[in-house]
Amino acid sequence: MRRYAIALVLGAVLLSPATLADEFTAADVDRWQGEFDSVAKKGRELWTSGAVGTNGVACAQCHPNAANTHPETYPKFQKQLGKVAQLFEMVNWCIRNPLQGTALAADDPKMTAFVAYIYKERKGVPIDAGKH
Amino acid sequence: MSRLITRRSVIAAGATAGTLTTLPISMVRLAFGGTREDFSFTYISDSHIQQIKGASFVRNWDMGLKRAVAEANLILPEADFVMFGGDLAQLGKKDELDHGGEMLSHLKGKLHCVMGEHDYYLDLGEYWTKLYGPHWYSFDHKGVHFVVLNSIITTDEWTFHRWPRAEQRMLEMAGLDNPNGSPFMVGEKQRAWLKDDLDKVSKDTPLIVFSHSPLQKIYKGWNFWTDDAEQVQALLQPFKTVSVIYGHVHQIQYNQIGNISFNAVMATAWPWPYPDTYAQAGAHVPVLTVPMNRADPFFERDATGWQMIDVNSGRVTARYQLWDNQERVVGYDPKLGKPVDKRYQEAIVRKAPQLHY
Repeated sequence: MRRYAIALVLGAVLLSPATLADEFTAADVDRWQGEFDSVAKKGRELWTSGAVGTNGVACAQCHPNAANTHPETYPKFQKQLGKVAQLFEMVNWCIRNPLQGTALAADDPKMTAFVAYIYKERKGVPIDAGKH
Repeated sequence: MSRLITRRSVIAAGATAGTLTTLPISMVRLAFGGTREDFSFTYISDSHIQQIKGASFVRNWDMGLKRAVAEANLILPEADFVMFGGDLAQLGKKDELDHGGEMLSHLKGKLHCVMGEHDYYLDLGEYWTKLYGPHWYSFDHKGVHFVVLNSIITTDEWTFHRWPRAEQRMLEMAGLDNPNGSPFMVGEKQRAWLKDDLDKVSKDTPLIVFSHSPLQKIYKGWNFWTDDAEQVQALLQPFKTVSVIYGHVHQIQYNQIGNISFNAVMATAWPWPYPDTYAQAGAHVPVLTVPMNRADPFFERDATGWQMIDVNSGRVTARYQLWDNQERVVGYDPKLGKPVDKRYQEAIVRKAPQLHY
């Protein structure tokens, strides 16, 4: 009887959607999209903020709607750096130079927000890594 | 002293400014008929002088305007006058207008200014007016009638009733891609003035109109747009020879709509992407336009510059002085009846850097 009960509980646990690795619901998808959107929204706030660097210049001054950033082309050979570079390195280039600020770590939440916003504005454009 | 300036000294001045560049200063003098004279003027625009704090300003934008002024002053023969196409300041502050105004004060020759939205939305142009006069006006020069419009006004509701503070109103309009902004327009009052002004001018007189925003509709999301463009165009169409020169877009654009030729001018501050490269936008960059080269951000002044405008028999030829890049020349072709790039108009001769995506 006890063994039967354990088997029942175990079965219930295994069947529970929360514990099955390959199961998710529409509500999960909405929640995950919401997480992304909130980070991209934070990225938009930083993009239009003069507070990222030291001189009040905002990314959006040269890149309205993150245009002319070409995220789909990274990693690519960046002729000015003389090597294959990632998108975050170019974001840092802009933070250091036109914004006269300090570079962010690749996994800094602010960098994640920047990159999320850039990709969101580029939605629908096919990946084309390496394209100049 | 100015009479002694030669092409070599212009190049030397460019080198002093930090870059070795040849500055094309040829001035084409075509034959003209009747009583009209051919002449040239210089056009500097969109300097966006931006205060950091106190006496500290963004160096990058300062350098653009300083360089344009220095080079424009070295042109020989001297241009007849200088136009400044608007957005002298970034946030319309007195300190910014004064700092930029001080640089413009070094220009040789008569200066005419156009109002930009960055000059306007803090105090609705009050301080700018003290420096440069009325927001819209006209003048005549060597047989050509010139009109300056303030094309960046918008609805009364947005201007007077939406924002609790003037500083916020300025910031909301300063963001090019800010959905809280509002479409530009010339407005009913100014259109009535324009009609009156043009009624006094013979339809055979060449007409050149200066505005900050394009008097044509390219992309509303970035205000590459004037909401009453068609109504303004209707007032200009009866003239045989009409050109509109506008700033705001920070890029080479040109177009022909009926009798009206359009030329955009470069910014001295920074370049903007062509709006059709924004993946989420529907934009209408004129098909006639051969774009400027894609900007190289590692060259601070690339894809910025200033213009020499030659006026031959009332038609405009824009000579784009592009720092760290080749000069571009876009002029009206009488045979084709539209402006064309003198070198790159045919698809077969265009260069890879002119392809934007």
